[in-house]
Amino acid sequence: MTYIAKPTLHHPDLPTNSVGYTRRDYEGKISTLCAGCGHDSISASIIQACWEKDIEPHRVAKLSGIGCSSKTPDYFLGNSHGFNSVHGRMPSVLTGANLANRELLYLGVSGDGDSASIGLGQFAHCMRRGVNMVYIVENNGVYGLTKGQFSATADKGSKSKRGVINSDEPIDMVGLALQLGASFVARSFSGDKKQLVPLIKAAIEHKGAAFIDVVSPCVAFNNHPGSTKSYDYVREHNEAVNRLDFITGREEITADYAPGTVTTVRQHDGSMLRLRKLAADYDATDRIKVMNYLQERAAEGEVVTGLLYVDPEAQDLHQHIDTVDAPLNQFGAGDLCPGSAALDKINAALR
Amino acid sequence: MKPTDISNPDYFHKVVDCQWACPAHTPVPEYIRLIAAGRYSDAYMVNWYSNVFPGILGRTCDRPCEPACRRGRVEENNGEKPEPVAICRLKRVAADYKDDIRPRLPQAPAKKNGKRIACIGAGPASLTVARDLAPLGYDVTVYDRDDRAGGMIWSQIPRFRLPMEVIDEEVGYVLNLGVTFKGGVEIDSLKKVIDDKFDVIFVGTGAPRGRDLELPGRQEAAKNIHIGIDWLSSVSFGHTDKIGRRVIVLGGGNTAMDCCRSAKRLGGEDVKVIVRSGFDEMKASPWEKEDAQHEGIPILNYLVPKAYVHQNGKLTGMTFEQVKAEYDAEGRRKLVPVGGPDQLFECDDVLVAVGQENAFPWIERDIGVEFNKWGLPVVDKVTFQSTVPNIFFGGDSAFGPKNIIWAVAQGHEAAISIDKLCGGEDPKLRPAPMVTLMSQKMGIHEWSYDNAISNDHRYKVPMKDQKIALKNIKVEVELGYDQKLALAETQRCLNCDAQTVFAPKLCIECDACVDICPMDCITFTPNAEETDLRTQLKAPADNVEQALYVSDTLKTGRIMAKDEDVCLHCGLCAERCPTGAWDMQKFFLEMTHAGPGCRNKPQRRAA
Repeated sequence: MTYIAKPTLHHPDLPTNSVGYTRRDYEGKISTLCAGCGHDSISASIIQACWEKDIEPHRVAKLSGIGCSSKTPDYFLGNSHGFNSVHGRMPSVLTGANLANRELLYLGVSGDGDSASIGLGQFAHCMRRGVNMVYIVENNGVYGLTKGQFSATADKGSKSKRGVINSDEPIDMVGLALQLGASFVARSFSGDKKQLVPLIKAAIEHKGAAFIDVVSPCVAFNNHPGSTKSYDYVREHNEAVNRLDFITGREEITADYAPGTVTTVRQHDGSMLRLRKLAADYDATDRIKVMNYLQERAAEGEVVTGLLYVDPEAQDLHQHIDTVDAPLNQFGAGDLCPGSAALDKINAALR
Repeated sequence: MKPTDISNPDYFHKVVDCQWACPAHTPVPEYIRLIAAGRYSDAYMVNWYSNVFPGILGRTCDRPCEPACRRGRVEENNGEKPEPVAICRLKRVAADYKDDIRPRLPQAPAKKNGKRIACIGAGPASLTVARDLAPLGYDVTVYDRDDRAGGMIWSQIPRFRLPMEVIDEEVGYVLNLGVTFKGGVEIDSLKKVIDDKFDVIFVGTGAPRGRDLELPGRQEAAKNIHIGIDWLSSVSFGHTDKIGRRVIVLGGGNTAMDCCRSAKRLGGEDVKVIVRSGFDEMKASPWEKEDAQHEGIPILNYLVPKAYVHQNGKLTGMTFEQVKAEYDAEGRRKLVPVGGPDQLFECDDVLVAVGQENAFPWIERDIGVEFNKWGLPVVDKVTFQSTVPNIFFGGDSAFGPKNIIWAVAQGHEAAISIDKLCGGEDPKLRPAPMVTLMSQKMGIHEWSYDNAISNDHRYKVPMKDQKIALKNIKVEVELGYDQKLALAETQRCLNCDAQTVFAPKLCIECDACVDICPMDCITFTPNAEETDLRTQLKAPADNVEQALYVSDTLKTGRIMAKDEDVCLHCGLCAERCPTGAWDMQKFFLEMTHAGPGCRNKPQRRAA
């Protein structure tokens, strides 16, 4: 780790966003991760995305579990709410928080160990319930904190730093998320901020369970030849199906692209996503086709990235269970516990 | 853009803005670190080798380094008023707190090399030539019309800015190198000096003639109209010790500032400076203007002097015409009268400080030394050689009035020429300076320099109580930093000589450096022409004076482009680099000085 704090001096021309903050205001403490860790780039992308979206830091709750990736919320959004939960339990803590206060913007940060091993069940239920959140998995295919064992997302046949070949099938987080009903599914690469930042912005905008699997090389234990999660491998096998160029509110989009190359996805709340197609005939709104496509490309050894699936009509947990509009944490004791007279009335109605 | 050629010594030299801006190229960050470490004597010696008069310059230098200092740019939009590091006053700290450094000075060899050098004028240029040549065995004789050596350093700079002890000490270091000083000798003929069979003559007589201002009433009121630099030296000599109650100083340069502040101490109660131009265009350094205003001296601008007003042979005031500045299409300034009657300012004395010039009535025009149409000698800009091969000029006498530090730099260069000439070499063929670039890595995240960035604002130099300071012209106004303040000020230095050196072969393009850089200096981007590249960086690189450091093409086809402009040299890019593609390497430049290092021929080994 670095001994000195990151200097607070910033570039003289550093711009402020519409809520009056510079990008530097969205930073956290200096990272204690290994130098060159992909996770730090993801932190930088989250910072960039929140700045660009003019998000007020106090409107964000960032939650995580245990692991290298789960340490990162300390390194961004230093002025937001944070909760570092038990290993693998971020989804249920986040779900609870979301139920209690639906007004915050929920950002869950997890890793392949936290979400694909110990927390796989939590991940699954969070997705199928449609908790309104951004779920980022910083996926490096390796247990970095315990010195480089394969994680559950390591590809079969890939080689560890010590030369061991992985014989287990990998858990495909994107495939799971699609099956489980996530309404926004994307994959990206920590080394491609141009792709990642718009995806995070779109995920923030999306109302429902938004899942982003970010391949994030572990420079210490998984960045060698034979690894399928190294900078070089991902760059060589990265197949982006689309580029997310614009995310807007309800305003008109005016930009020129050749007809047929751009798809505009209007979401339920009126916001629009503009996708520039890179793969022909790729339809990001057809869940079944997407799942087939991903399986095919994975069999070819390709790492498909981009906004893979989006359900424009997505609903979230609050709509499913029909909660009241006011956040529950704003109710007073009198509202929540109306007293024995009210209870008697209810009981009487059921007799 | 083509990849940056970092093997060119100028590339990293330019990054050290202060050193690049200094005429003598003093390694500023190096001595500031030494001061921070409490190694004042070492800091002094680094200065002494480079600029000969650290104690003097630490009080009086025109500080071309400070406007260039990166700290000033870095602090823009980062809090209060951006200010450079107090480089000049830190130099004084080295001089103030050093131990006896005399044992560390070079000594003249017992056996001289048989070459005789005459230096005419004992100002900073000549003394630098003497300092460089005497230790090499040259027999150097320095002439001056005054009894003491130092030239304008002591005659024109008032004592409240520069005490005599400091001058005596540092001029003494030079004269004690076995230099012969002949004071009180007015040289009235260069021919006579030539006839004395010197091998080389160096003319360092400065710009000794103050410009006069001929206006109606000049003759009649002559008794109360004084030429600035003459008056200052008369004060320095002790011939003048008082002035009228109301004083007008004409002129906007540093001499005018010295004049008004001196007048204030010699009985001038109502002293004002009146300049033709605007306040901002005045030639005086901003800090000298500040110091004058701080002492309650108003500076009135846009007033063109019209006449000296007098009564019965006594000056009673001056009239001025109010003007304003207008700029034509080419941006040239014109001063246009605003109309209305001339303004009268009453006064008892006028000090004219409107410029100074060189004067060479003592150089015969038939001995081969050619002069140009402005009356300046024709001098080679690199070698300082005149049209007579063994006669050199340096300092103000060569290219007109400048500051001490320029005289020193030119003296060093002239000494090289003289040494080469005497060794039978062509003074035009000069070896480049020595440059070393060395990694400062001490551990995984440890550097041999203090890379934490201080957020402190520039520290003010403590001053003497004004009541005391204004009473006595010999009381030094500035007390200088104490050691604690000096340490705090040193921490503002960004160590710009700790260079960010990039090795493209090692880079895996993980973006760690981009993410950590507090100033957004680093970008990985497709290559482009410089003008386009400057706009497509993470932060636009608008300061074209500052270089872009561009790498070879990397694996992804992109390049690394770093804008040097506001880099803090904090080394975080190197700390966060997993492969060591970034390294912090100290750039050290050793200027070529007279002696074996400046010669092309292999030298005979000393027996």
